[in-house]
Amino acid sequence: MKYVNAAQVQKKLNTRLSINKLAKSLFLISILFSLVVLVILFYRVISQSLGWIDLQFITSKLSTVAENAGIMGAILGTLWLMVVVAPITLILGVGTAIYLEEYAKKGRLQRFIQTNISNLAGVPSIVFGILGLTVFVRGFELGNIVLAGGLTMSLLVLPIVVVASQEAIRAVPGYLREASYGMGATKWQTIKNVVLPASLPGILTGAILALSRAIGETAPLVVLGIPALLIPLPDSIFDKFTVLPMQIYYWTLDSALVAEYANLAAATIVVLLLILFLMNSIAIIIRNKFQRRF
Amino acid sequence: MSLQIIQDNIDIEPTNQKIVYDTKDLNLWYGEEQALKNINFPIYENEVTAIIGPSGCGKSTYIKTLNRMVELVPIVRISGEILYRGKNIFDKAYKEEELRTKVGMVFQKPNPFPKSIYDNIAYGPRIHGIRNKKILDEIVEKSLRGAAIWDEVKDRLHENAYGLSGGQQQRICIARCLAIEPDVILMDEPTSALDPISTLKIEELVQELKQNFSIIIVTHNMQQAARISDRTAFFLSGEIIEYAKTDKMFSNPSDKRTEDYITGRFG
Amino acid sequence: MAIRTTLDKDLERLKELLIEMVNLSKTAVEKSVQSLAHQNIMMAQEIIEEDQKINELEEKINNLIIQLIAQQQPVASDLRAIIAGLKISNDVERIGDLAVNIAKSVLHIGESPLIKPIVDLPKMADMSIDMLTKVIQAYIDSDIDLAIQTAKYDDNVDELYGKIINELFELMPTKPESLNQITQLAFICRNLERVADHTTNMSEHIIYMVKGKNVDLNA
Repeated sequence: MKYVNAAQVQKKLNTRLSINKLAKSLFLISILFSLVVLVILFYRVISQSLGWIDLQFITSKLSTVAENAGIMGAILGTLWLMVVVAPITLILGVGTAIYLEEYAKKGRLQRFIQTNISNLAGVPSIVFGILGLTVFVRGFELGNIVLAGGLTMSLLVLPIVVVASQEAIRAVPGYLREASYGMGATKWQTIKNVVLPASLPGILTGAILALSRAIGETAPLVVLGIPALLIPLPDSIFDKFTVLPMQIYYWTLDSALVAEYANLAAATIVVLLLILFLMNSIAIIIRNKFQRRF
Repeated sequence: MSLQIIQDNIDIEPTNQKIVYDTKDLNLWYGEEQALKNINFPIYENEVTAIIGPSGCGKSTYIKTLNRMVELVPIVRISGEILYRGKNIFDKAYKEEELRTKVGMVFQKPNPFPKSIYDNIAYGPRIHGIRNKKILDEIVEKSLRGAAIWDEVKDRLHENAYGLSGGQQQRICIARCLAIEPDVILMDEPTSALDPISTLKIEELVQELKQNFSIIIVTHNMQQAARISDRTAFFLSGEIIEYAKTDKMFSNPSDKRTEDYITGRFG
Repeated sequence: MAIRTTLDKDLERLKELLIEMVNLSKTAVEKSVQSLAHQNIMMAQEIIEEDQKINELEEKINNLIIQLIAQQQPVASDLRAIIAGLKISNDVERIGDLAVNIAKSVLHIGESPLIKPIVDLPKMADMSIDMLTKVIQAYIDSDIDLAIQTAKYDDNVDELYGKIINELFELMPTKPESLNQITQLAFICRNLERVADHTTNMSEHIIYMVKGKNVDLNA
């Protein structure tokens, strides 16, 4: 006898369809919620910064006079920071990922290393600040220069690059490696000619996300003692510096004293957001452009 | 050099043909599981040798042992010898990278690199240090002609290989293999992912190639083995049950198990 | 679960059709000799008409074989069974035709009294028919010993054939008015010898089917 007959289907049909619609609404509400919060944030920041963002703002140095203050120093500092963080995280991060995925024997040691790297991503960023202070600023006696800040931030975002690179390398199908070995290539030749080119989009995406994080973090730099006061614009990685988040932090703190500082902070936030938005867009474009369907 | 028999149903009449691969007492384990048991038989030059058998019989494992690709699996353990033109391939002194320039492989799923057609074919020669563009051009053309696909792709050598159809991709993989000018070509079910027409084109190609190469082909398609091979080996549960000239294997096999398998009464 | 049930069923069917055909031919040969012994014109006519059935069977068998080859891709013993079946049906159809030839000779002899009581001819016929019976059994049982044994009788048949022909030749000058009858009797004799030859062929095909080797048992 037929069990899934017309009567049975009819019995449940309306309930099922209603629940289906309900689920869709619930998910819609959750995204609306996020959007609303985002919109409120943007509104507040943008409205406070109106009139304060112009070319003069971006290109001037700091000044205690609010109208004359500019964020050139912070922008340059952020750029110099990226100059240090980018190569270090790429070289160390990709190297670690290659070792873990291609060379390490799967076993207890490898799992141990893997777990520790994943856990690093969860360590509060301020802890890295303390580490950087102890080792780089004081231990190596570098002082709070770009190099010290860069090294500290590199350690912070390294797990992001490692994990993203590992995922990208793992995603390269085994049969491509087999094809390479089958022709007598060595392991390194296979990695260099097949694995890395194929995993490049994933690695780059990971790198850009790491950089985005690095230029947005404030806590470690606070611990390192990065100031936001008037300092000469940095010329090299051995100079003292400041970054956009620090600028925002200090202006916000001092806005109790000088009301206009709040506007400056808002303006800086907008600039920082724009830079981050730009970087993430580049990451997405790279990922889409080089997407190969294996 | 002539060879006198044999073991049970390994049927070899004395012949003057040269032996390309001589397998002696080969045993292979994946961890605790034995995948190949006492394999002993010769493979001859300029022939197409087919290896047939039901799933899990060890035929893929065997062919991957011939170019030592099976050793990419960490838990593999091997005993016995395989002589490639007289040299034991398991010798410490004999590097896999060197062996694989003489023994090429074509896989079941066409696996061109996500590069241009030209770069795919030039991959092998470049790996081994050939950089001169003129020489590479020559090798690429010769290999694509050898794989009967030159005319179809000569005007789009710098396009991505992924833009080709499955059958064309597999011929690119064959061309890529030819580019390192091997002696033996191993084929692991090369047409099972392809449509019937592409399959027949590749079978035709195999017949042409055997004049200059020795071809060993694993296939689960018995009609294919019957159509294109000179000799056939029947594997079952890791052992080689029978090895004979194909016309005899398919008209009057010696072992009942072979008979039952090829008539489709089990498998 | 059995695989290839279609193939097995078709091979069974092939066997059945062949056995049916051989039995029809055997009957035709028996009847043709009977019709000679009793000079039964009607019986002779029947044999000629019934040959149609044998031809139809051969066509059926041919079609079945072509279908089997095209659709089932037979190999090894299946293939040999089918090829042997093809060849056997050919020989059996010829045997049917030989029976018809005998019947025609009987018609030509008509009702003219026989010049001598025919004793050896029936004896020869019995031998040939006995060979046919045995070969049918050998085919059903795939019994190559029986097949080889049967083929040996061909020598006996040949011997008897020689004897009868000599007798007939000796009769010719003494009874010139019965030349027609003598000739027809010689033809009948020849046809019976051919039946034995074809039966020997069938033994060879059976050996090929079972062993995969071609042998010549006619030598």
